Amino acid sequence: MADIEIADIKKIAEVVKRKYNYDFTNYAMSSFKRRIQRILDYFKISSVDALIKRLSDDASFFEEFLVEITVNVTEMFRDPSFWRVLRDDIIPAIMLNHDKIRIWHAGCSSGEEVFSMAIMLRELGVLQNSQLIATDLDKEILKRAKSGKYSLKNMELNEKNYIRFQGNSSLKDYYSEQKGVAVMDPSLVENVSFREHDLVKGEVFNKFDLVLCRNVMIYFNQSLQNEVLKKFHESLFKFGYLIIGSKESLIWCDIANKFIVVNNEEKIYKKFKD
Amino acid sequence: MNKYDLSNRYKAIVIGGSAGSFQGITRILSSISPDFNIPIIMCLHRLKHVRNGFVEALSLKSVISVTEPYDKEPIKKGKVYLAPSNYHMSIELGNYFSLSTEDMVNNSRPAIDITLGTSGYVYRDKLIGILLSGANKDGALGMKNIKNKGGMTIVQDPKECMIDTMPSAAINVTEIDYVMKVNEIISFLNELNSHYK
Repeated sequence: MADIEIADIKKIAEVVKRKYNYDFTNYAMSSFKRRIQRILDYFKISSVDALIKRLSDDASFFEEFLVEITVNVTEMFRDPSFWRVLRDDIIPAIMLNHDKIRIWHAGCSSGEEVFSMAIMLRELGVLQNSQLIATDLDKEILKRAKSGKYSLKNMELNEKNYIRFQGNSSLKDYYSEQKGVAVMDPSLVENVSFREHDLVKGEVFNKFDLVLCRNVMIYFNQSLQNEVLKKFHESLFKFGYLIIGSKESLIWCDIANKFIVVNNEEKIYKKFKD
Repeated sequence: MNKYDLSNRYKAIVIGGSAGSFQGITRILSSISPDFNIPIIMCLHRLKHVRNGFVEALSLKSVISVTEPYDKEPIKKGKVYLAPSNYHMSIELGNYFSLSTEDMVNNSRPAIDITLGTSGYVYRDKLIGILLSGANKDGALGMKNIKNKGGMTIVQDPKECMIDTMPSAAINVTEIDYVMKVNEIISFLNELNSHYK
């Protein structure tokens, strides 16, 4: 099959921006290109031009497009060592000075990290003192996150991660099996606010003690990463924590000098300058 | 008398490997010249949930220390890079890495096809792709992409491989310029490096 040209990618991003007000023009090129190819294959669309036509003509198709264009592969307790540091060092440090802890899951996708957080906070006995806001640009994926339904196959991996996290229970205590699907205990997220929010276009909407955005900005190019990091900086209380994925780094970012590294291995940063 | 028609036009070397490739890789990394001046980009199948240890094990024998790049890290001469566990690693126009957590490809993350395919796209005829021993077909399509863009393709001699599925798959889907034993790959790389002085 012929390569999708950069010009094609730009054309698609332009149509989406003009008609639907989502801006993908600064997404990282190679993964975005693979997503477009995947969409062409998945919906059996013969060419980029045909895709552009369909996006222009059919607004209901755009919702399906949105689900497929973003990457929604995630795990509960991905990088168990990170979750241990969060439990043993970071959350206790925040609770030392606050009665309430405010957390933003930016780009929460299908919600695995939100449930991991809720489980960890419950095991620490501070879930009721926590205010969690989970956002994603895709409202379909937010519905999935809220429902807390996961395939049993994925739960095997999640269980393995949980064991490495060394939680004080079994992951099985937090879900029930219903019709071959794992359904998470809904009380875990009863106080979580799931909201539609686009990191690219969205405004800063609140202040937090902790912002989690792991393996989301890897889909952005560097200039967009800089823009989004400015928003995170603004969304944090002074001495609040920013956490990114284990292979992401602030080194090349404009805003790096306003953060200090708390844990380099787990990519935990602390805002120390306004 | 030089055995291969080489020049200093190559911008990168990309190496894929899986089951049975560890020994070959360590032999290559321990035998290349310490002043090796072309970036070596490796995508090797590895345990998904063991984040540490592999890069250290490779660095132990390597004459150049091996690093797992961060997302958007620039690619530099004289460096050896390894795709980190549980991420796909792509090369972007502008000569830097990007990482992703997309679905597994060929049951693998990192997938060799992704690293090889994106390298081929970026470096075109200035790339050398090397595929070593392995038990599945990941990497074969990546080698095809490299060849289609005018790059050079090399596979480890299937007769020498512990498991030859991977290089044989590449031989079946695309033109391979050289079939080499690990020793020949080493002298090839060192001869190539001599063009950069």
